[in-house]
Amino acid sequence: MTQNSSQTSLLHGFAQKLRGLFSPGGKGSDMDSGSGGKRGCNDRGLLVFDHTGEVIRAERLLRKAGLDVEVKGPPPELRTGCDMVVVFELVSQARVLDVLEREGLAPSQVVSAHDVLLEPVSLFQIKHLDDRWLMVRAANMKITLDAADGRIVNISGGGCPDVPWVAHRLCGLRLDEAPDPLTMGQTLCCYSLQKAFEELRRQVACGA
Amino acid sequence: MWCIAGTLPDPDFALCPAGLEGESTVAGGLLHLPDGQAVPVQRGTAALAATAILACRELGIAPPRLLLAGDPGSGAGSRAIYAWLEQNLTGIAPAGLTFHYLFPDQDWHNRVLMAAQALAVPPIMVADAGFMYVAKMSGYADAYDLFTPDLGELAFLADEKAPHPFYTRGFLLAREDDVPPLLQRALEHGNCPKNLIIKGSKDYIVVDGRVIDTVDAPSVPAMECIGGTGDLVTGLATAFLCGGAAMDEACTAAARMARLLAQLCAPNPGTQIGELIEMLPEAMRSARSVWPTTLSASSV
Repeated sequence: MTQNSSQTSLLHGFAQKLRGLFSPGGKGSDMDSGSGGKRGCNDRGLLVFDHTGEVIRAERLLRKAGLDVEVKGPPPELRTGCDMVVVFELVSQARVLDVLEREGLAPSQVVSAHDVLLEPVSLFQIKHLDDRWLMVRAANMKITLDAADGRIVNISGGGCPDVPWVAHRLCGLRLDEAPDPLTMGQTLCCYSLQKAFEELRRQVACGA
Repeated sequence: MWCIAGTLPDPDFALCPAGLEGESTVAGGLLHLPDGQAVPVQRGTAALAATAILACRELGIAPPRLLLAGDPGSGAGSRAIYAWLEQNLTGIAPAGLTFHYLFPDQDWHNRVLMAAQALAVPPIMVADAGFMYVAKMSGYADAYDLFTPDLGELAFLADEKAPHPFYTRGFLLAREDDVPPLLQRALEHGNCPKNLIIKGSKDYIVVDGRVIDTVDAPSVPAMECIGGTGDLVTGLATAFLCGGAAMDEACTAAARMARLLAQLCAPNPGTQIGELIEMLPEAMRSARSVWPTTLSASSV
């Protein structure tokens, strides 16, 4: 019998993110609180790249450098396809660009953020099946672990072409030995899979 | 001739128009192309193509031809397919096209769509996976004949602001109760075609913008975990449409046959899609009553 104990968990204080990130001022911005007038929206900037893989690399480099960055959906006028932008604090622009330049990475555009950014999916869905398998879903990607031997047995969902490639590389590996999906894939679907992968690891570490 | 266009997870697999020049076959867990190449039947376009080819064999009809290229995510293989289609679609003039795992690129999508619409007889067009995403992003989703989203992807189609499922408002909160309003919203904004198979614990068959049927049995919960089950449904719908079935019968039969195959195989969450597809001929033979009536009658 399948134990369908579906539950929806929150990632990293979803409510806090909703309060903070949906506000035009962005996360941690108090400048618009109680102002009663124009809401500040220029404390964040957007890094636009030509390829999704560059966005993912930039995010990794900037986080490694200790910068507060996030990946979001671009406003319509900046969209080119399966794309994302890196959101950063405008006050850190010089350092951001310096970090990227030292790694040979240059955004095609650097613009101020407005209140048109889209919020990435932040919820996870967790399912236990037959007291043996654990499935985590993030956005359109699902990853399933066989708890009996700690191996990734299936990856499902998505539509970008790196999904079958990454799934082929990951299925059969032990979760604790598997490389991060983003080391092999470059698209938004792979980004979703990375989130599911990280949550799966977190669930396992918590004894799920 | 029906054409399936999509990518394979193999960086060394070059664009292969040979799959359009002859019939491909499935044997020993491999998809065999006319030029002698063989690729494993795993999740993705290979699973969709193998399903359609095996189903057509059981139906007694010519299988779809294949336009494949390797693309592990850079988009290069996808662009090779887009470019080939833009330049050569007139020459092959397919009766139908099924687009699958392709890197979402709006410019290339629009070029291919224009080429298809310029044909003397516009083909029936089916889109799943990345091509469904880009078709919606482009604003021309209603130019297609069939999409095969799951419930979350329906929420994506209904969210006129979302460029990708990753940014869909309420993606994981979509419930089956929400299908009618989500469908209505997607239709109103021109973000889906009039025909859909909405996959979930209950499958919704939408024809001409209305839910005409639902399919919820047999139910095999492990299927949600298995990568490639959506490819299976789209492959079956492709086979039935390729055989000339009406849209309503093709969609309902695809949803039912996929569930009967799952019941036959009794998979667990670790089962691979190739294991299910191997059993498809047996499932097809034992469930002829599920086939679209036109195909059931013609193959007796």
